[in-house]
Amino acid sequence: MKIDTDDFALFGLPRRFALDSADLDGRRRSLQAEVHPDRFAAAGAAAQRLSMQWAVRVNEAYHRLRDPLRRAGYLCELAGVPVSAEENTAMPAAFLEQQMSWREALDEASTPEAIEAVAGTLVAERDRAFAGLEQSLDVDEDPAAAARQVRALMFVERFAADVDQRLAGEP
Amino acid sequence: MALLQISEPGASPDPHARRHAVGIDLGTTNSLVAAVRDGVAECLPDDAGEVILPSAVRYRADGRTQVGAAALAAAAGDSHNTIVSAKRLLGRGPGDLAPAQRAAYDVVDAPGMVQLRTVAGIKSPVEVSAEILATLRQRAEDSLDDELFGAVITVPAYFDEAQRQATKDAARLAGLNVLRLISEPTAAAIAYGLDNASEGLYAVYDLGGGTFDISLLRLTKGVFEVVATGGDSALGGDDIDDALADWARERSKLPVDAPNDRRALVAGARQAKEDLSSRAETTLDCRIGDATWSLPITTADLAEVAGPFVARTIDGVKRVLRDAKVQPAQIDGVVLVGGSTRMPLVREAVARALGRDPLVDLDPDQVVALGAAIQADALAGNAGAGDLLLLDVIALSLGLETMGGIVERIIPRNSPIPTARSQDFTTYQDGQTAMAIHVVQGERELVDECRSLARFELRGLPPMVAGAARIRVSFAVDADGLLDVSAREQTSGVEASVSVKPSYGLSDDDVARMLSEGFSAADSDMVERSLRESQVDADRLLSATRSAIDADADLLNPAERTELDALMAELAARRDCGDRAAIDAAVTSLAAGTESFAAARMDRGIRRALAGRRIEDL
Repeated sequence: MKIDTDDFALFGLPRRFALDSADLDGRRRSLQAEVHPDRFAAAGAAAQRLSMQWAVRVNEAYHRLRDPLRRAGYLCELAGVPVSAEENTAMPAAFLEQQMSWREALDEASTPEAIEAVAGTLVAERDRAFAGLEQSLDVDEDPAAAARQVRALMFVERFAADVDQRLAGEP
Repeated sequence: MALLQISEPGASPDPHARRHAVGIDLGTTNSLVAAVRDGVAECLPDDAGEVILPSAVRYRADGRTQVGAAALAAAAGDSHNTIVSAKRLLGRGPGDLAPAQRAAYDVVDAPGMVQLRTVAGIKSPVEVSAEILATLRQRAEDSLDDELFGAVITVPAYFDEAQRQATKDAARLAGLNVLRLISEPTAAAIAYGLDNASEGLYAVYDLGGGTFDISLLRLTKGVFEVVATGGDSALGGDDIDDALADWARERSKLPVDAPNDRRALVAGARQAKEDLSSRAETTLDCRIGDATWSLPITTADLAEVAGPFVARTIDGVKRVLRDAKVQPAQIDGVVLVGGSTRMPLVREAVARALGRDPLVDLDPDQVVALGAAIQADALAGNAGAGDLLLLDVIALSLGLETMGGIVERIIPRNSPIPTARSQDFTTYQDGQTAMAIHVVQGERELVDECRSLARFELRGLPPMVAGAARIRVSFAVDADGLLDVSAREQTSGVEASVSVKPSYGLSDDDVARMLSEGFSAADSDMVERSLRESQVDADRLLSATRSAIDADADLLNPAERTELDALMAELAARRDCGDRAAIDAAVTSLAAGTESFAAARMDRGIRRALAGRRIEDL
């Protein structure tokens, strides 16, 4: 096993978007149980250094695989179609309109219940988008379409962060 | 000259030797040391049978230093020379101190970490903490009748970089080998989890004398995974004592002027607060000047004074639940830690916020030290402790200052550690040849509202138009939660790096100076001490290499095995030669000789981790 092995191979998983998160958590625990620095606290310096590198690598892969959006972006990249969000900012007009209406709904929401309602809409939209990503990546094997979906979802996630902040009572 | 003994290559002189490792709870108010003996963790008592060491240090004019109860007894009469709650000063500058803290001591007006003027000279909180640690180390070595292999020291989960580094420095001064710094709530969870063989999601609420932590942990088959953590490293029972003292002074117009009067009043307030945990009313007794005061006080009075502090902790609990996206109903158990959780007011508030009665079957004063001892035993590699694994997170976000004093977050809070992240930045002006890197910690958007950790400069950038340079800044956080930062210009390869020595930290030179100035707990002879350190390193490496060969000898071909055996024999032979440089050289050779073996073993471990898992249709 090389340290630059891809995340899926490191975790012994197929390169698919669909993933059982409890299984992923279990794999991370098994891997950390072998490589974590605590396992090498009484070992030599060489083993301690390697352990640190591998433990960091396992956490990095876990961080990327656990999050559906990062996982989708990573699959696009592995398929040779990087998401390149900075260079591809153009979005379909319908999508932008939907974004605008969400922003307005959030601005107008003055009670916690109203903000929760906006958050609920978002959750539904996100679930729909993830189903779309699974179709593009695992069924159609169309990474270019998936990359477009990922870019759109990045807007949704940014908006979701704003909603979370409002829910937490921060300005 | 005596003949040196050489054991057979690969054979340990005493393969069943148990390494003695301890857990130390270095608390604001009280400190404890615990160890696993015969498979059971227990706190180690002093000669008088007391397990609790009050975290108080008194410097005396005759050059002697008192630690613990004797020092505490003198606190009210000798305020400037008796340091209590030094933990609240670790990694903090004079500007961070509360007025009450400032008033209690003779604080040196200088930048950097707080320094206190005492009759024995200027002392930093690191030195004060080292006195406490050294006392506990001595106690442990006496109880266990052996030298210590190492120690796990607990810190509040919410301790920042500077506070963690200061704790580690104090341990170094006290001559302790720090196996790991772990969070107090996590240590408590270990003590509870292993006791009750629990599984599921646990909330640990830890309110001590000076710090508040709240952690959510998931327990699965011996793995303790911190899901989210939060708190306030400057909120604790001390604040309630201070507020209660203020309340009493106001109400009864007490003539409190001198620092010693203030100490007496605060001590009386603390006693009254503790009394009110078991009854509805009591008196706050104290002696101010020549007069003795006895003021009636009820639980309702205490609730009024302490309420706002307790409410702040409950806000912290709610934030952590939000961070973890967890509802109270999903929590399987609530654990209370810290002396302040004895207050019924606190217990009721936690029970209300989390919707269940907290577990209190372990002594809240001892539970942290016990958990740390269990982890220390596991880290020392002792048999029987192997299944415990702790997966922790960083409690505070780490970031960099960018244009306009805005923080760019590089590692968000609650990221699992160890971790490494990097991000690219660019230049602001044409022809810019240097870049200032300012590392900060905290959750706010503005640099001024975060804690400054370190500043360094990347110089010698090739002049380019603004925005053309690609400077990659990399952050690495180790398993102790300590940070390293490096920066590299990608096109020219210019590099700069800094092991974060926080703005309020001690340099290696400071530590060396404190040691050489005869820090009272340290061995006096520096040469003797460094020779001893090299021998300990040699023993550690020999023992680690032997265990590795015992476990995976089949990974070595005969030539590699012969070479390793020769390097080990060489080191074993030099161990007692008395020449530090010769020992160090042999250690370096053996360490280098084990590189490829270590890599092969790691590879085997990773394959083993996945062997039990179904590999889906690849």
